[in-house]
Amino acid sequence: MLDLSRLNSLGEALRDAVITYKSNIALIEADRKRESARYSYRELTSAANTLGAALQARDLVPGGRCAILMSNQAKWLIAGTGALWAGAVLVPLDYKLTAKEQLALLAHCKPRVLVTEYSTWFKLQKEDLSQISNTSVIVTEAPDDADLGEAERWESLESSELTPVARDREDVACIVYSSGTGGTPKGCMLTHGNYLAQAEVLAKLFPLEESDRYFSVLPTNHAIDFMCGFIVPLLMGAAVVHQRTLRPQFLSPTMRRYGITHMALVPMLLKKFEEKLREKLDELSGWKKAAIDSLIAVNEAATRREPNHALSSRLLKPIHEGFGELKLMFCGGAFVDRNTAEFFYKLGLPVVIGYGLTEAGTVLTVNDLKPFRGDTVGKAVPGTTIELRECNEEGIGEVWATGDTIMKGYLDEPELTAETIVDGWLRTGDLGEIDAAGHLKLLGRAKNMIVTEGGKNIYPEDVEAAFDDVSGCEELCVFAANFVWPTGKLTDEQLMVVVRVAGDANADDVLTDIRNRNRRLADFKRLSGVVLWTDEFPRTASMKLKRGVLAAEIAEKLERETGLGEL
Amino acid sequence: MSDVATTLISLAARRFNADAATLTAQDDFFQKLGIDSIQALDLLTDLEDEFDVEIPDYELQGVVTFAALAAVIEKRR
Repeated sequence: MLDLSRLNSLGEALRDAVITYKSNIALIEADRKRESARYSYRELTSAANTLGAALQARDLVPGGRCAILMSNQAKWLIAGTGALWAGAVLVPLDYKLTAKEQLALLAHCKPRVLVTEYSTWFKLQKEDLSQISNTSVIVTEAPDDADLGEAERWESLESSELTPVARDREDVACIVYSSGTGGTPKGCMLTHGNYLAQAEVLAKLFPLEESDRYFSVLPTNHAIDFMCGFIVPLLMGAAVVHQRTLRPQFLSPTMRRYGITHMALVPMLLKKFEEKLREKLDELSGWKKAAIDSLIAVNEAATRREPNHALSSRLLKPIHEGFGELKLMFCGGAFVDRNTAEFFYKLGLPVVIGYGLTEAGTVLTVNDLKPFRGDTVGKAVPGTTIELRECNEEGIGEVWATGDTIMKGYLDEPELTAETIVDGWLRTGDLGEIDAAGHLKLLGRAKNMIVTEGGKNIYPEDVEAAFDDVSGCEELCVFAANFVWPTGKLTDEQLMVVVRVAGDANADDVLTDIRNRNRRLADFKRLSGVVLWTDEFPRTASMKLKRGVLAAEIAEKLERETGLGEL
Repeated sequence: MSDVATTLISLAARRFNADAATLTAQDDFFQKLGIDSIQALDLLTDLEDEFDVEIPDYELQGVVTFAALAAVIEKRR
């Protein structure tokens, strides 16, 4: 492992890594059953130099922004490395957003260069691109006859000399959007120091061997994959494997073929794995089932104090074979079901449950593996301090955090930054309690938002824009149902709409329009509950909706069970 | 309804234990079948086998109705 404490930037660290591990395999890209690309660290250096030089040739000055809008593939990491070497601030964007949403974020961060892939550029080209007319666009994987407009082909970039640019720990390394596709864009400015501190901690807690292979299935713009599937493995000389399709049936063959040792998941994917595995176990005939159950019991007893991959993979070989050489899974981004985590631990496949926010790098806390605990998100990682504030009589309060990984602030949003970071402490908006052993247990949200099982933050304000000007609707407001009626849990999170129908309108017609619009939203953004409300919404003198007051009024008048209808 | 749409509705109905007679081309398959995005990808693989095409995952972005899904397949055939 490189000594990160003496380095000043991610670019510098990656430069050290490619020199140290030059003969190792850095990147492997699979597409279904084929292998579509493979790069050694030396080849990664050459490809990243070409891309970085191309950025500099397009007037990207140190601190200039380079947005990356690509699905999981080797070129994502090549672009990221090249851009960091060129002194750019990376802006990783979500390829799963709609073209309009992507454009809104691009217009907000105004990158000097956008690096993207053809499928995304094809959709963006149909939008009004005048807001990003000063952005140079580099597109990969475009068919020969494709009309790229003003954009240039990655594959046609000529290799030229990159001028390495030094950056300091205080400089911004990335702007990562934690939300804001419909409302206020929240671009978290994370510094090189933030990332280096987090990488150092994670590398010590969960060291990777040079022979290890990380499987990148979460989008790389996601804070978890950016750290666990880009920065950490490359700084430790391991290989990152990408699979161009994320369909479940192609995951296991790829894991077996490449001997995957580590991967990060969101709870939804972890649950899918559990379901498939349980199905297979249930299909076993009587004596086989009994045999495997007894081996699971032996493994459970033998690994009660700490994981033992060598032992578990031998004992439970038929199960482990389907997962390649998997040693560890990282899961975060949303609530992880304790039973799921324990199920995998019993099989000798430990799940590291991380709790974090984009605003705080990757993780603030991780659960204990020695012995394993799946019921809490664990203790703060070294360098981070958490505390609860404004606790109620049961000791439940809002989680605040401080440390080396807390972002500098939100891009162009000083007020929002001042509300979120107070005297160096980040208010997370999550409610929790800390047990006698110092482990944090999350118990709901103090803020009006949900996190989907796919790890996406959804703010009701962002969804509301899709319901502007519904005919016959006097006013409407979207809430996280758990914000209106707190449950003390992070499960069953759903969005609901509160509708006040105009006096002369038919409620059914209004709801039909809302349902039709709802259907057009991405599945993770859809509303599932509705409250019909007759009182005027409380507003400030400037007519701004008082959401907290409205939520309190609803909770006072209606019970969740009876007042919240299905949309 | 196109042949592709009819076939894909029957495939989807079979995979997710729904009654094909209750599904129409304009239906939102996420809602009608009660499936999530990963299950939708499973369906995509069935369709590839049936129609002998290769459809990248990203083609499914923003596609919610059977009719739109049928159009994606027809484009690739």
